[in-house]
Amino acid sequence: MRPSTLTAYRWEVRKLLAEKRSYIGIGAAALLPTLFVIVMGLQTGGPYDVPLGHNLRHSGISLTLVVLTFASRFGAQLVTALVAGDIVATEDAGGTLKMIFTRSTKRSQLLAGKTLATFTYTLALLVALGVVGLIGGVIAWGFNPITNLSGTTISAPHALGLMVAGLAVFAAPLLAVAAFGIFLSVATRNSAAAIVGTLVYALAQEAIGGLVHVHWIQTYILSAQFDAWHGFFQTPTDWTQISRGIWVSAIFIVAPLAAAFWLFVKRDVAN
Amino acid sequence: MSGTATVGEVPVEARALVKRYGHILAVDHVDLTVHAGDIYGFLGPNGAGKTTAMRMLLGLLNADEGSVRLFGRDPHTDLPRALDGVAGFVETPNFYSFLTGRKNLELFAALDGGGAAARIDQALDLVELRDRASDKVGGYSQGMKQRLGLAVSLIRDPKLLVLDEPTNGLDPAGIRDMRATIKGLSDRGMTIFLSSHQLAEMEEICSRVAIIRSGSIVYEGALEDVRASVEPRYRLRTTDQARAEAICRAEPRIGDVGLDGGDIVLTADETIAIALSRQLVEAGLGIAALTPESATLESLFFELTEGTRPHEKEAA
Repeated sequence: MRPSTLTAYRWEVRKLLAEKRSYIGIGAAALLPTLFVIVMGLQTGGPYDVPLGHNLRHSGISLTLVVLTFASRFGAQLVTALVAGDIVATEDAGGTLKMIFTRSTKRSQLLAGKTLATFTYTLALLVALGVVGLIGGVIAWGFNPITNLSGTTISAPHALGLMVAGLAVFAAPLLAVAAFGIFLSVATRNSAAAIVGTLVYALAQEAIGGLVHVHWIQTYILSAQFDAWHGFFQTPTDWTQISRGIWVSAIFIVAPLAAAFWLFVKRDVAN
Repeated sequence: MSGTATVGEVPVEARALVKRYGHILAVDHVDLTVHAGDIYGFLGPNGAGKTTAMRMLLGLLNADEGSVRLFGRDPHTDLPRALDGVAGFVETPNFYSFLTGRKNLELFAALDGGGAAARIDQALDLVELRDRASDKVGGYSQGMKQRLGLAVSLIRDPKLLVLDEPTNGLDPAGIRDMRATIKGLSDRGMTIFLSSHQLAEMEEICSRVAIIRSGSIVYEGALEDVRASVEPRYRLRTTDQARAEAICRAEPRIGDVGLDGGDIVLTADETIAIALSRQLVEAGLGIAALTPESATLESLFFELTEGTRPHEKEAA
């Protein structure tokens, strides 16, 4: 019986777990909210102008969501790019790609395993950020109700549920960044080029969103989807914003992945 | 996995293989046929196209022209099925340095499926790495990686083993052991395709060879035919080498007369060599030695790849 994609996925996860640098990214995601609490403790002010920022010092639940806003500008993309840009290119450079290509698993299954492992890692980043942010925030400011973006007060348990849902929606554009990183990793065969290229891609979208004042570009650009989770914190819930965040991200996931699979399956493995 | 390789099919059949890199013709209409049970040596100088050809055999490179069949299946259109019953590596075998030797084998076994995982211990024993299997590969020597490369191939229980310079990085004892292992695998019915720069080594274990030069096969055949294909050579030492050389050069049936060290080397068949010895004695010369030199793979290799005999190369 031939190995399944699940087998390839399991081994990709094991490889990530065996590498120290994987923990650096997760550690950074966990460190960010911790640092935030420490800095807030050392000063009286705060980033009260960012979405939900006015809840800081009143409810710990808001910490993760405020950190998410900052992470969406650069940090989350950076850590995602470090893994996604490396996942194939490092095997090319290390010569292990030629070894796994001569086994009994299809190339498409191998890349599917790598893609799923990268996505798992990306989600793990958000889980680390969410869990540490929640614990740190609650310890610092308590498990209290928050006021949403429309000025409505939301109970603490309800806000917690919305925070989890918000993280899930935030994951969609982040996975799109990961997908582009995987594409560059396949196409460039060079980890550094793929990582830098992925960051440039993410930052360029931010720049375009800020500079080009065309409504449809500002609405459908990938960087705009990092704010789709705000829809959960409107009264009533803005499902249009949320669903757009998901389907636009899905397009940004599928297109580079399709190109990556096409290249990966037919590629030559030479020096 | 390996059990699905069709019995009776030719293990390797390449026809008119071509690979170009821009304007460089790396492999130029290469034909190769490896029969079941062969230990097939693939020889050529650096840059001759050996590794490129081997990559095409394993489906790692797409051929620009021509075809490859492994047990009747095309590795360019029918992967991974075409590699059923096939294992090996090109260039240095590479592993995940942050994993142990055993974990690497488990990973590759998982990507093989079938009973590959159950063969890990046996493979580790065969390459004598069992006691280092729990160490990370990052700490392995080049020779240990070569041996692990053999182990990772053997867990597929292949019918055809493709090895690129398997003795690279091995010490003399390691080379001897690798040679014995390859012979042992051949005795068990495995077909072996290997490239090496160790010509004496190849001569000792190979049944058939192909020599590639500038991307083209310049010789393919049984090793016995190599010896038969080259004119018999003799090494002559007399009491007067200058006169002896003149006598040799004057005899039209003697060819390739030259000097190697203090000896005269020449090509001639046996009856001419006998006649030469008489002629030398009649000329008053004492013969210290007139010894036949068997045609070696090395002599054929240099003749076909550089157009010179080894002694000519040294003299040059």
